[in-house]
Amino acid sequence: MSQDQHDPAEESFSNSHVLDPAATQDSQETINAEMQDIHDAASGETQPRVNFPPYRSSLYRHPTKSMHHADPETIELWSPAFGNRDVHTLESDLTIQGQGEPLGERIVVRGKILDGDGRPVRNQLVEIWQANASGRYVHKRDQHPAPLDPNFTGVGRTITGDDGSYEFTTIKPAPYPWKNHHNAWRPAHIHFSLFGTDFTQRMITQMYFPGDPLFSLDPIYQSITDQKARDRLVATYDHNVSTHEWNTGYYWDIVLSGSNRTWMEGDTDAH
Amino acid sequence: MRIDQNQLDAARSGDERLVPTPGQTIGPFFGYADGYDQVHLPFRDGNHLVNPARPDAVRLTGTVYDGNGDPIPDAMLEIWQADAEGQIPQETGSLVRDGWTFTGWGRATVDNVGTYTFSTVNPGPTEEGKAPFIHLVVFARGLLNKLHTRIYLPEDTAALEKDALLSSLDADRRSTLIAERRADGSLLFDVHLQGEKETVFLQFPGIEYPDHA
Ligand SMILES: [Fe+2]
Repeated sequence: MSQDQHDPAEESFSNSHVLDPAATQDSQETINAEMQDIHDAASGETQPRVNFPPYRSSLYRHPTKSMHHADPETIELWSPAFGNRDVHTLESDLTIQGQGEPLGERIVVRGKILDGDGRPVRNQLVEIWQANASGRYVHKRDQHPAPLDPNFTGVGRTITGDDGSYEFTTIKPAPYPWKNHHNAWRPAHIHFSLFGTDFTQRMITQMYFPGDPLFSLDPIYQSITDQKARDRLVATYDHNVSTHEWNTGYYWDIVLSGSNRTWMEGDTDAH
Repeated sequence: MRIDQNQLDAARSGDERLVPTPGQTIGPFFGYADGYDQVHLPFRDGNHLVNPARPDAVRLTGTVYDGNGDPIPDAMLEIWQADAEGQIPQETGSLVRDGWTFTGWGRATVDNVGTYTFSTVNPGPTEEGKAPFIHLVVFARGLLNKLHTRIYLPEDTAALEKDALLSSLDADRRSTLIAERRADGSLLFDVHLQGEKETVFLQFPGIEYPDHA
């Protein structure tokens, strides 16, 4: 729905705090102080806390009972198979989906998907989605008054190579405002969806850009309490990925948990 | 972050494992509820592992609730399961379904009232006497990392009795993992992220849920 044919019953950016009970008018200082208190009492954590009150939407959406430790069985030791039937090679280039060139800074993001033992995750699906160069998503719930780009959907997919490598050509996304607190802005990011060799490794995360001034203010990024762990979400500028008069380049490796499967000699070639 | 050659060599020789990349919330903008073709993560027939018109199609449905008991309108669920014979599918083609190949994997977004629906088949036991289950992973706005759980079929009570995971749980917690079979053959499985009826969520080796286990 476009901005000018506005149905008052619809959610809009200006009334979304009413429709999202988790949205607040808290100040950035309040959020910062809460984050600081949690960080001060934590150490060495490698994953985000699911219970992280400065991210207001998490309040009623995280388990309060302990996680149940389980060993993966049968189906859980395998992942669904994806291949060229599923994804066309052109889907990894987000800059060629429209009639013309999208606006913004053309970038290439390249990296490898590995498991904890350094084994490449081969022939697996990688999906990304992101805001455009103005910080706007193609999405009915995104009413941020920044322009859509008719030549950019912000959606791409690819299948990893034999060395676990992936590569996307896209546009550098801009930061965007959200309703967590007053004057809240997300650092620029690209959402990544990943599969491993077993389904317990399935994950969704966000890749950030080096040196973003919004890092210290963002409760989603700061839900990971350890700086070393947070750094794992930040891509590295890589001049070897930049190309002459065409794009700048970033490198980002992703490590999946596990795998839990007992690997046989030569088994790595089968998947 | 870039993994350098030293880290890679250390991991491959078994000296020091690589630390997993942290997860993050799926956020609000992962896709429309339905009716759109390949906008963000949802895709056409993503929730139809088999055509709903097939005589052996089973409707798997339920609602995702928050800690207030309110339905969550912006969650995404994926299932992964064996076929009716208990075989683990390794066929490609989940994203572009041909209508015949069972790939075992599906993705559904919930609607405005938090309800999801899959069309699938009853998974068979992967080994003689094992309780058949469908693996479920949950993502949502407001949920900072993925949550894994299992949807057990209710019929084989002897197998459920012997199941290692189920027998390690109290009766009321255990019941959150067993689907209800309705008269029309469909399976009902609600997900409670928090609260009295909180679903049992599984932590597998290699992933940390800090301050939580
Ligand atoms: Fe986002």
